[in-house]
Amino acid sequence: MGGPEVEALIALLAKLPGLGPRSARRAALRLLQDPEGRMVALAAALEAARRAVHPCSRCGNLDSRDPCAICADPARDGSVLCVVESVSDLWALERSGVHRGRYHVLGGLLSPLGGLRPEDLSLAPLLARIAEGGVAEVIVALAATVDGAATGHWLSDRLRPFGVAVTRLAHGVPVGGSLEILDDGTLATALRARRPL
Amino acid sequence: MTAHFPSRPVPGAPEVAAGPLLRRLSIRQFRNYADLLWEPAGRLVVISGANGTGKTNLLEAVSLLTPGRGLRAARTETLARTPDPTQGPAPPGTAWAVAGRFSAGDGSFDIATGAPTEGVSARRILWLDGAKPPSQTELAARLAVLWLTPQMDRLFSGSPGGRRRFFDRLVWTLEPAHARAIAGAEAATARRNRLLAEGGADPGWLGGLEAELARHAVAATAARQTVLQRLAAATPANSPFPAARVTLRCPIAERLRSAPALAVEDWLRESLASARREDARAGATGLGAHRADMTLADAETGRGAELSSTGQQKALLLGLILAHAALVTAERGAPPLLLLDEPAVHLDRSHRDALFAALRGYPGQALLTGVEREAFAPLAGAASALRIAAGALAPDPAFPGPEPRWRL
Ligand SMILES: [Zn+2]
Repeated sequence: MGGPEVEALIALLAKLPGLGPRSARRAALRLLQDPEGRMVALAAALEAARRAVHPCSRCGNLDSRDPCAICADPARDGSVLCVVESVSDLWALERSGVHRGRYHVLGGLLSPLGGLRPEDLSLAPLLARIAEGGVAEVIVALAATVDGAATGHWLSDRLRPFGVAVTRLAHGVPVGGSLEILDDGTLATALRARRPL
Repeated sequence: MTAHFPSRPVPGAPEVAAGPLLRRLSIRQFRNYADLLWEPAGRLVVISGANGTGKTNLLEAVSLLTPGRGLRAARTETLARTPDPTQGPAPPGTAWAVAGRFSAGDGSFDIATGAPTEGVSARRILWLDGAKPPSQTELAARLAVLWLTPQMDRLFSGSPGGRRRFFDRLVWTLEPAHARAIAGAEAATARRNRLLAEGGADPGWLGGLEAELARHAVAATAARQTVLQRLAAATPANSPFPAARVTLRCPIAERLRSAPALAVEDWLRESLASARREDARAGATGLGAHRADMTLADAETGRGAELSSTGQQKALLLGLILAHAALVTAERGAPPLLLLDEPAVHLDRSHRDALFAALRGYPGQALLTGVEREAFAPLAGAASALRIAAGALAPDPAFPGPEPRWRL
């Protein structure tokens, strides 16, 4: 239906989170019905974002500046680093507005079952930042799954030589839940009631 | 042998009691059912029919309205109906679905399950009132289902895994967090085994998995222990069934009897850390909730269930299930739904009569199956009865009782 160009567009849209084949078809149709308005604007926004946005060289956040707005903000507390699995978790915590320190994006969780290994995670930039000095506490804000907890344990093991306090989010984060899907209130509570790991 | 039945329904059969009652069941493309809509009448339902007609499938469909793998412990991908050449092929890509409407108190709720048509996930989905429930615990809080199947006749001579699954289900009905602890312990164990098999794993990572394993395994063991204690206390002294004594055989449980949970967690974590080399060689984790076994014995004679006849084992098991149903009723304020597949088989006359007397007085709902309706004669007047043939239900006029309703 609609030729190979339409099929390719639907296939690409369907790969986006939250969009199955059916909603991808609806989205594609909506774009095709207004090519001058919606489609051109979307193509331009995609191209502009592709050129401008890059991972922050300090924390791994995605931003059009490097260091990112959070790393560059002098009002943020540089002595408290919050380690998250992904940029989406970082953005979820930012939305809740309770963390006034800075972040580090780990880039995933350790998993022996077809997942990531220690060498796949972004650890070296974190250790380098801590070695620079000025970091007093690292908050491990990883999912409350077996892999999240094991990754947190591994991380605190690696941080031990540096003598920084390592804390984790309080329980109240649903088991198996990713931070991204939590509401802001739950996140704020979990962050305030953190405890030593 | 219809002479067993009184000629007229007994008036004043027990009326609907509190607790969830299955009022409507719809099954589509599941096992041998193409499309079935059934409205059970009343609390006790007898479904009789030849073997292979779909009696167990019907009970299995109901059992899948709770989290888990249902009364056959079947894999989701095996649940879809096999196309019947005499009825033409099933529509390609059609998912199976089961939906139940339950009445409870003044209101009602719907639970549905099925395999998604889109996506590659083999996991079935459960819906509560048409929406994804916030958690499995939420679902478990609405509906408790207990079952007895002919496969369980060999529960106590079979593998420890079968016994663990059976007991864990009993525990989980009363301690909803138990399912999570078991799943967490299993996930941590599988990951630890993999890392040990690969060799040269990061000790911090292994330590993290062992800490998780210890945390979940101790929580699961503590839940098993407390439920077994409550079950022992709840077993009625005057039960016509032999009182069953269940014992948990597991080093974690032994330590929990004399030490606080946190100390047992530390011990387990340290034991796992020092057993890495040994476990790597064995290719398995030697300690954990997954290694527990349960033994069942006649509390009076002390005779182990594994040494008893099939009929005695079945009587022990039925006594345990009825005691558990009473405990669930007392603790949750609502009786569980009982699915009894071939409950009369292997039971002697006195235990059959005791079972039927218990069911007549049971405040919840029970669905019973059997090849021959005659076995259920003592329930005439109290139960509605259906005959089943090749995935179709029909009322059984030879069995007097509340008028059964059905639609196809
Ligand atoms: Zn940054």
